Amino acid sequence: MRRFELTLPRSIDEAVRVLRDRGSDAKLLAGGTDLLPQMKNGLLKPACVVDLSGVAQVRTLEPAARGLRVGAAVPARALERDTVVRSTYTSLAESAALVGSVQVRNLATLGGNVCNAAPSADMAPPLLALEAVAVIVGPRGERRVPFADFFTGVRRTVLGADEILIEIVVPPPGPRSGGQYLRHTPRRELDIAVVGVASQLTLSNGACTKARIALAAVAPVPLRAHEAEQALEGKPVTAEAIEQAAELAVGVARPISDQRGSADYRRHLVRVLTRRTLRTALTRAGG
Amino acid sequence: MPKQMLSCIVNGETVEVLVQPYVTLLDALREDLDLTGPKEGCGTGDCGACTVHLDGEPIASCLMLAMQARGREVRTIEGLAGSGALHPLQDAFVRLGVPQCGFCIPGVLMAAAALLAQNPRPTQEQIRYGIAGNLCRCTGYTKMLAAITEAAGALPARGV
Repeated sequence: MRRFELTLPRSIDEAVRVLRDRGSDAKLLAGGTDLLPQMKNGLLKPACVVDLSGVAQVRTLEPAARGLRVGAAVPARALERDTVVRSTYTSLAESAALVGSVQVRNLATLGGNVCNAAPSADMAPPLLALEAVAVIVGPRGERRVPFADFFTGVRRTVLGADEILIEIVVPPPGPRSGGQYLRHTPRRELDIAVVGVASQLTLSNGACTKARIALAAVAPVPLRAHEAEQALEGKPVTAEAIEQAAELAVGVARPISDQRGSADYRRHLVRVLTRRTLRTALTRAGG
Repeated sequence: MPKQMLSCIVNGETVEVLVQPYVTLLDALREDLDLTGPKEGCGTGDCGACTVHLDGEPIASCLMLAMQARGREVRTIEGLAGSGALHPLQDAFVRLGVPQCGFCIPGVLMAAAALLAQNPRPTQEQIRYGIAGNLCRCTGYTKMLAAITEAAGALPARGV
């Protein structure tokens, strides 16, 4: 690996100061599973690396009644195993369990997954479907950005060079809500999603009060399928309604063809995975 | 680039060693601490040959900077067995003749040991997932499954 200076801040304030002083020379290091391979192959050549592993604030996972607070450097493995995340924020736990291998999931972080902003990031669709918010700190203080607005392009986010994502806040889905994340990969482990879909349904008196559907790997950024959501809301979730929503979800996908799959195949997968995740979400919501 | 002082626990012993800031934990273990059990296969976290335990959890040591292990507990294959006796997994791997070329074996053993520590009676499916992050280019997976299954039977079950 190319030489670099390594700074070991103990607080977010200290880390922000380093970023302010070093600007785009500096790279934040959380789990390292995306950053280190890119530095090893020369794709990234930071002069300064800022290791967040000594900042306790970004390593805490707090399931509270008013929502889930995930420090940006909490590893995927912790989300996969946490009983509250599994029971209440199920799609997030499911997506965390699909990242890399167990050796990777013990290092790879939720913050790293979203800040690297790969179109196929597994943990992004559940955050969109659960209406999570990014808590960002910079020299000018703190700001909150919903994940629906967080991604701006392939490997691009709203984060400025001197800003740090410190926490992900996921509001409680409430009673009678259920969700699922599914992805398609040729291999079952250590693979990257050809398409990923997260769905979340909330029910009341036999009708759907809220539907959220988010897609990965079918556009430069993870997307919400708004029209499909609206088609489900305000009425019972019937097989026909699910079929219609799956069709509408295909409409927002703008996939490319690459070695993982053709655009047509990806559109087909959006239909199939939207249908399957909605059915499971319905069951999990108690419908 | 000035070296930095890494202090951590490796295989039960406190270690203080000067390392370059840009070396991985794997390189520090192999080059500075002469622990050559963990191997570099791919260097990108795909093959699992570099698997060690960090605070009891299996990690890819090629994807971590040495300095990120400061204050933490690292265990390599060299520290898996107690004094004088093989770990039940090592014993089963020897008796069943699992290793072929042997390159992947330290990583497989560390992944399997972490699995059994958390789940002493895994199903075949759970064993497969437990070592899914370890590639064996001799393709000797069938014997690995048999040996891990046998070792799981030999290990005392926890709790319940």
